[in-house]
Amino acid sequence: MKRSSKASIKTLKIDGIDVAAREHETILELAQENGIFIPTLCHVEGLSEYGGCRLCMVEIKGSNRLLPACMTTVEEGMEVVTNSEKLQSYRTMIMDMLFSERNHICSVCVSNGNCDLQYMSVKLGMTHIGVPYLNPSVPVDTSHDYFVMDHNRCILCQRCVRVCGEVEWAATKGVMGRGINTRIIHDLNQPWGDSDTCTSCGKCVNICPTGALFEKGKSAGEMVKRRDWLPYLKLMHED
Amino acid sequence: MSRTITIDPVTRIEGHSKITIQLSDDGQVEDARFHVTQFRGFEKLSEGRPFHEMPALTARVCGICPVSHLTASAKTCDALLAVTPPRTARNLRRIMNLSQIIQSHALSFFHLSSPDLVMGMDADPAKRHLFGVAQAKPQLAMDGIALRKFGQQIIELLGGKRIHPAWIVPGGVSHPLSAEDRDTILAMVPEALVQAQRTLDWYKSVFGQFSDEIRTFANFPTLFMGMVNPEGLMSMYAGKIRIVNAMGEIVADQLEPSSYQQWLAEAVEPDSYLKSPYYKPMGYPEGIFRVGPLARLNLIKACGTTRADEELAEFRGLQRGAVLSSFHYHYARLIEIIYCIERIRNLLNDPDILSDHVRAHAEPNAFEGVGMSEAPRGTLLHHYKINRDGHIEWVNMIIATGNNNLAMNKGVYQVARNFIRGEKIQEGMLNRVEAVIRTFDPCLSCSTHAFGQMPLQVQLLAPDGAVLDERFQA
Ligand code: SF4
Ligand code: SF4
Repeated sequence: MKRSSKASIKTLKIDGIDVAAREHETILELAQENGIFIPTLCHVEGLSEYGGCRLCMVEIKGSNRLLPACMTTVEEGMEVVTNSEKLQSYRTMIMDMLFSERNHICSVCVSNGNCDLQYMSVKLGMTHIGVPYLNPSVPVDTSHDYFVMDHNRCILCQRCVRVCGEVEWAATKGVMGRGINTRIIHDLNQPWGDSDTCTSCGKCVNICPTGALFEKGKSAGEMVKRRDWLPYLKLMHED
Repeated sequence: MSRTITIDPVTRIEGHSKITIQLSDDGQVEDARFHVTQFRGFEKLSEGRPFHEMPALTARVCGICPVSHLTASAKTCDALLAVTPPRTARNLRRIMNLSQIIQSHALSFFHLSSPDLVMGMDADPAKRHLFGVAQAKPQLAMDGIALRKFGQQIIELLGGKRIHPAWIVPGGVSHPLSAEDRDTILAMVPEALVQAQRTLDWYKSVFGQFSDEIRTFANFPTLFMGMVNPEGLMSMYAGKIRIVNAMGEIVADQLEPSSYQQWLAEAVEPDSYLKSPYYKPMGYPEGIFRVGPLARLNLIKACGTTRADEELAEFRGLQRGAVLSSFHYHYARLIEIIYCIERIRNLLNDPDILSDHVRAHAEPNAFEGVGMSEAPRGTLLHHYKINRDGHIEWVNMIIATGNNNLAMNKGVYQVARNFIRGEKIQEGMLNRVEAVIRTFDPCLSCSTHAFGQMPLQVQLLAPDGAVLDERFQA
């Protein structure tokens, strides 16, 4: 995202608080700068926006549509509401579907205790899953020498796809299929270990919010993602 | 009463037990059976999962002894990796396993069984619970709670404050022991030993009053099976299998856990989900054996720790040959608590225990692995097969409660024959049937969830199968 050096300042309100934003900034970025919580699972600072998880939906006065905060740029005089009963029920519904679409069994998951999805469910005050589990039979790919892809835990946030293409420039990871049949694939839908393009850099593993990507040999609760390099993403990306 | 207790989507253990007592034409007890349903579908759940998950996954089989499954499972995974964990890691696993045995034995003895022992088998069930014990024998109840806490605290210190510590992992343990934690545990040892000894002394002063129960509580000759080290000493973590007969004579020794299929077979009873294992060379049902505290004390040469060995010598004086009455499981459990405390102390005094070399890393090198350890209730075995990618293809587990199944059935039969009068089920008889099962401390989820009262359905059946009487213990 190129930013003009003479960026003009916009003023708007988020949850009744006056805030000042740079031009082209998204509502999500602005909210995060001001310490206002808007839930998201697919957004990572420094990667392109995907707008896929829909958790960051906000209300904007004068519009009867809900808009994703990560994809909506600020406008002068905007009045944004980040939390309302309606938003809460939408967000829980999204979380319900994320959990029910694959097989999330936290207690035995490598990411238990260090998982963004789990964290978000707690943060959003979820007490149960409101829709029936689909219990799909999805594979685990252990063909890679160092890493495992467990589709049971994937929420299709595409963080891995973006970091692989936009930062590592390998473009090994991609997406195939539609709807609930969507899967993350490697190269031309082959086992990860057979990929010619994967550099084994591990960026996807560490950026993945859940236990879908992890280092081989990790047991329950042992996979702690290293994210200390994330702040540099933006720099790498902009250079 | 049938009740389904769903702990979480992984465990799904049905805590459902039922006893049927069959009368013959002349009104005598002809047959008695203990039916259990549990772990259905567990193997299915593991299929296709990376084997590294198995310790955590199987720890959920049982909410009472997760550490025992962790231990057996991690040992199975060691076999798949074809590694021997570093010495310190093995000793740390031992300590956790011993702590688990202490806390589980304490639960069994104090919380579940001491009400029968303090108040008597015929006491009003409304008063027969731990709180009743706390009123009648406050010291005993306090010692029980303290000992259970002792075991739990060590598990917490080692594994972090989690109900299901994932600290025991394939190849070793996930992090070393700190000097501070070692000292904390060592400081708790003297008090725990006093509590255990005090309880044992009390027990020795009262168990003589239960001669009827001792005579009839699954008191019959069987084999006994358990693990011993190469010298024949007690070993809860590693070792090989020894089997002794009712005379206490060694029938088989140093049997390899990994070749268990050669010497162990399982009979499937039509009316219970528990499989009944037996010693293969002797056939079924002659080859039935008991496992757990009583079995272990019957088959070892010695415990290998001072105080426990003094108590063992006295215990052996109960009977020539092996001690046969299952009532003495209680006694054996108390001696084992002393052994476990002493052993933990000795292991912690080893200078190597603080080493940070606690894990061996490897790729899977074998496609099949067996792991065995002693759980509070007896020998526990895990057996996995994996494919080239390390995905679980097949799982078999032989659990201690299953190992005791045949003996439990016989025990129920014995009690029923001695205490059933006419076509009615009396309170005292109900209590005793429950108590005989409790001596084995079966790890049905219900036995602890109901806190001392096992939800149990007892049916008295006429020769034609008609229900003469039915009682629920809830
Ligand atoms: S990925 Fe997260 S939410 Fe899903 S099972 Fe693992 S810990 Fe739970
Ligand atoms: S593997 Fe992880 S990062 Fe990739 S889409 Fe799935 S959840 Fe997101």
